[in-house]
Amino acid sequence: MPAAIEVRGLTKFYGEVHAVNGIDFSVREGEVFAFLGPNGAGKTTTVEILEGLRKRTSGDVRVLGLDPWTKGAELHRQTGVIPQDFRFFDKIHPKEAIEYYGVLFGTHPDPETLLRRVGLLEKANARYDTLSGGQKQKLGLALALTNDPKVCFLDEPTTGLDPQARRAIWDVIRQLRDEGRTVFLTTHYLEEAELLANQVAIIDHGRVIAAGTPAEIIDQHGKPDRLKVQAPPSLAPYLHDRLGLEARAHDGKVEVTMTDKSDALRVLSAVEASGLPWEGFATEKDTLEDVFVALVGRMDEGDVKPGAHR
Amino acid sequence: MNGRRIYADYLVFMRGYLRNPIGLFFSLFFPIILISLFGLIYSAGGAAITLYVENNDHPSAASAQFLQELNQTGAVRVSLWDASAHSGQNFSTWLAKNSNPVGLVIPAGFANDYTNHTHVNLTLYVNPEDAVSDGIAESAVGGVGNGFSFAAVNATPLIGVQTTSVGSTLFTSIDYLVPGLIGFSILTSPMFSMVDISASYRKDGLFRELSLTPLTKGEWLTAKILWYVVLTMLSAAIMVGIGVYGFGAHVTLSWGLLPFLFLGPFFFVSLGMLAGSVAKTPETAAVIGNIITFPMMFLSGTFFPVSLFPAYLQTFAHILPLYYVIDGMNQVMLFNNFAGATTDLAIIAVASVVVFVGAISVFRWRDE
Repeated sequence: MPAAIEVRGLTKFYGEVHAVNGIDFSVREGEVFAFLGPNGAGKTTTVEILEGLRKRTSGDVRVLGLDPWTKGAELHRQTGVIPQDFRFFDKIHPKEAIEYYGVLFGTHPDPETLLRRVGLLEKANARYDTLSGGQKQKLGLALALTNDPKVCFLDEPTTGLDPQARRAIWDVIRQLRDEGRTVFLTTHYLEEAELLANQVAIIDHGRVIAAGTPAEIIDQHGKPDRLKVQAPPSLAPYLHDRLGLEARAHDGKVEVTMTDKSDALRVLSAVEASGLPWEGFATEKDTLEDVFVALVGRMDEGDVKPGAHR
Repeated sequence: MNGRRIYADYLVFMRGYLRNPIGLFFSLFFPIILISLFGLIYSAGGAAITLYVENNDHPSAASAQFLQELNQTGAVRVSLWDASAHSGQNFSTWLAKNSNPVGLVIPAGFANDYTNHTHVNLTLYVNPEDAVSDGIAESAVGGVGNGFSFAAVNATPLIGVQTTSVGSTLFTSIDYLVPGLIGFSILTSPMFSMVDISASYRKDGLFRELSLTPLTKGEWLTAKILWYVVLTMLSAAIMVGIGVYGFGAHVTLSWGLLPFLFLGPFFFVSLGMLAGSVAKTPETAAVIGNIITFPMMFLSGTFFPVSLFPAYLQTFAHILPLYYVIDGMNQVMLFNNFAGATTDLAIIAVASVVVFVGAISVFRWRDE
């Protein structure tokens, strides 16, 4: 599949501050690409450069083959954007807002269809300033879809929303994916990325520190899977001696680090063979969140400190 | 420029405006209040001043007739001062104590002296600080006195002066006030709104949001201009109506007024946007807006005709764009003289285009 978004050696400097410090990635057409990072990592700067809202310092950026900064007008007819903290005209009604964008883009979609799609139909004729945070965000999503975009940029679309509104937005994102649109999603909710994204990149201090599918990232950067058995501490040295696997006792449990998932069977038969009393067992694997905390945390603890590392 | 996009943006802006009671108040009710207030002040301006009189020649037919004729001038309203009611005070200290600027004393023997053709002196107390009342009282008393002198020798004055105004009707202050206050609302409503919009749209990210659509800056600004043209037409109609029917203003309504009701908002919407865009913060935007607006609010012929100003202020008025809008509207509405307004119109037209282009090139949809 061809790339919808291509980024090579992208940088953005604000004086001495290197907000984006040389990043590369590409997003294939029809993919949901999650861009993860802590606050201040450079997520929004990057997405704004891709949207054509911000000028880059250097590097090459192509969205649908176009330079977003110089070919913005052409690009914006094919992209839909919800900026971070989406705001709109206080007194406008959602239905009017969609009609307005429909005229601006010359696409004239049916407002009711679009509002039903994002779950805002019952507020079609309410004033924007009376909508809740989630409803405002849904209007932003509906507006981003008025021009039937090929690529959607969603900058932290669920930040600050209640779980119900968040799920509603996720449903729309899944629909976008099923329709074959490319979605570029920034978020700091790891769960969101794990649920929705085909591809993930983690950015910290302006650099991409991990990239791939969620599973690949966990494989590459996560700790090995563990098996925990409720048993006396003396089981730990027994398992280590017998299987050569790392095992340690703590909190009434013995934790064995596996090198492969087939180790689980060997460990359990050894436990049974040990003759020691044991009760339940459970396997544990890293989530994207564990990996994220480990990666971002490690960078903060190491020689690099925020603001002083360049 | 795409007409459909301009109209769509115009509709959104208009609805936002109509759904906001405060904006509507300042655009439509504020002009009503202004013209009513100034209409009341100016129409009360012709009222007579009170002239207190100590008549020491009482009762005499001659003094009674003199006072009656003073009343008939319409310039003063005679009020008799009774010394017995103010025991221990003389007339002049009473006048001063009660802050009455003028008072007249008719001496005892006035009727006698008058019939005997003997020179008689009236005493007029004046307060130099109130030159207007002084002037009115002096000319009223002097005029009636002259009439009495001529009558005594059976003569008639040979030279008289009749006042006629330039143009077909006699202009009153309210006539000048109608174009002046229309000019005032052409200035204030767009300037204050656009300075505010330039700052708040930037803060709320609305310009960025719009930059992601095919709407251009020129289309966006044109839509704002169109709305303020409509608003100006409405408030001008209201002010003309109140001026004419409420206060008897004489104004000529002709097609020649329309270019000013179009170019005025065109200019000030653009200027407000330019002023708001050069500022870095909303606070400086407001300051810049006020620095531009306030001199024009008072010195362009809004509340007082520029011709009443000292020469240096008149020169200053000529660098204020609003001066040309109001001067042109005066030409058209008072003198029905469109030819006399063409220079004003040309200046406003050129300035509007320059400021419009300037505003579009200075204000930014998105960050660098």
